[in-house]
Amino acid sequence: MAPLDVARFGWGALRGYPARTVLMLIAMAIGVAAVVVLTSLGEGARRYVTGEFASLGTNLVIVIPGRSETAGISPTTLMGETPRPLTLQDAQALQRSYSVRRIAPLNIGSARVSRQGRSRDVVILGSSAELLPLRHWSMAQGRFLPHTDLERAVPVAVIGKKIRDELFGVQPAIGEWLRIGDRRFRVIGILATEGRSMGTDVDESVIIPVASAQQLFNTPSLFRIVVEASSRAAIEPVRQFIINTLQERHQGKRDVTVITQDAVLATFDRIFGALTWAVGGIAAISLAVAGILIMNVMLVAVSQRTAEIGLLKALGATPRQIVLLILAEALLLSAFGATIGLLLGELGSLLIRRLFPILPAHAPLWAIVTALLVALLAGLLFSLLPARRAARLDPVLALSRR
Amino acid sequence: MIELSHIHRNFQVGEQTVHALDDVNLTVEAGEYLSIMGPSGSGKSTLLNLIGLLDRPTSGIYRLDGQDVTALSDREQAEVRNRRIGFVFQAFHLVPRLTAAENVELPLILAGIPPAQRRERVAQALAALDLSDRSQHKPEQLSGGQRQRVAIARATVMQPALLLADEPTGNLDHSSGQGVVRILERLNNAGITLIVVTHDPEIGQRARRRLQMLDGRLESDSGAA
Repeated sequence: MAPLDVARFGWGALRGYPARTVLMLIAMAIGVAAVVVLTSLGEGARRYVTGEFASLGTNLVIVIPGRSETAGISPTTLMGETPRPLTLQDAQALQRSYSVRRIAPLNIGSARVSRQGRSRDVVILGSSAELLPLRHWSMAQGRFLPHTDLERAVPVAVIGKKIRDELFGVQPAIGEWLRIGDRRFRVIGILATEGRSMGTDVDESVIIPVASAQQLFNTPSLFRIVVEASSRAAIEPVRQFIINTLQERHQGKRDVTVITQDAVLATFDRIFGALTWAVGGIAAISLAVAGILIMNVMLVAVSQRTAEIGLLKALGATPRQIVLLILAEALLLSAFGATIGLLLGELGSLLIRRLFPILPAHAPLWAIVTALLVALLAGLLFSLLPARRAARLDPVLALSRR
Repeated sequence: MIELSHIHRNFQVGEQTVHALDDVNLTVEAGEYLSIMGPSGSGKSTLLNLIGLLDRPTSGIYRLDGQDVTALSDREQAEVRNRRIGFVFQAFHLVPRLTAAENVELPLILAGIPPAQRRERVAQALAALDLSDRSQHKPEQLSGGQRQRVAIARATVMQPALLLADEPTGNLDHSSGQGVVRILERLNNAGITLIVVTHDPEIGQRARRRLQMLDGRLESDSGAA
């Protein structure tokens, strides 16, 4: 029997029993679509989180005051309650290494920003000129913070686009004054960067020199020091250098936590990778269920077509040919079902991407290939039993049944 | 051509063993025209199925063209059925979703004959039975007589030496039945060995050699050699 003839016969049989065929196609399609959509969700979450971290900058090492044994982020590190705070002098000391390309001290707080009667609460970032290249931001208008001594509290501010719109409307903002808390700052630049990065909305923040922020929030300490290593290979030496330098400066106490962006990225990557596998696995169960359904329906099909199978035997079909015909039918079904499922799944991910644009929900290739293979395999495997039953059918009994 | 010696066929029905065939000995020469008659349950269909290799004897030896076919595997028997034996059934057994031509094509597909050659042979077989204008019809669009003619075309498309018909007129009215019998006889005149199982004496009497069966035994054989 030529393969084309087998396929044509199977196709004919499928068309001959449309209700059964549609039922099995739906089962198969749902299974494959579930795998595609769920893995695309997992993959989307992974890409979203790693993307957020990557958008921080490259080759970053972050210094957090206080020490936690797990080197993670604990409530105390978030609150900044530490026996000894990070200071601007600490930050300056960290500049003395060839492996350090640039550093940016960071203070974060919330304050009321107002101008001519309009006001709102805004996240205030206190930092230095280095923050711009470090975070890969760019300016829409004007300049970023000036390169001055870190300890000079210059009354200038760089504002996000949304703040500009809300406080200035269509009027020019550069050179204008605004009030942050009880101090006056001159607007020198507007950030071009849009969207979110690590939970802070750049469009909705105001950036001022770190010394000004310390005065504003009345604190001598820093929230973070962000250090950019000169290369990927320099990250570990920089980490060691930071730990040693600060330990020296803090009378031999290791009271800071140093995390590297790479380590955090790798951890999230692993976690979400595992998550994708897990949801993919759960979805694969629905494929197995589809396979079992195929088995049942093929068994029904075999008994439905007893006379036909008996006839084929009388006409000289060998047991192998009978098995082949039944398997071909199941395989065609699985292939069509899987294709429909793939299309549905891709449509689903597209819908997710439309509804949640921040989530890059693309099913990974391995998931698609696995889903298709599992679908075909399940279809094949679960029709072996019905096929062999058909092959063993007694033609005399099969033909005598009316 | 056919040599049956000491053929037994037992069926287990619950506790009881039913002797469907009880020591049947039969020799059929090529080109013969046989009818097998007898009441239902006399074993005539079992005998036909056995000759057609759809069933295996419990004991005994069946030689087809000198070859012991009882010893063949399922696969080898299937090939013998495909190439050397044609079946005509009472219920026609056409595949409803296939057209007349496609039904006739089935044995050729199973034999692995290339499509161009298949089309030619299907057309010939249909033409020989006056069905050329019905080739694209589904069985449900055909009359009983036409359906049986399609079945005969299918049985003969491989040009078998042996044609087995089990109550070929059982589902037909008298005149279509007559037509079908005449076609079968025409094929026999052309050289095919024809064995017809029937309980209709009118049809059975037409055969040159008539077997009468009762309780699994050959009761009489008009032309026993």
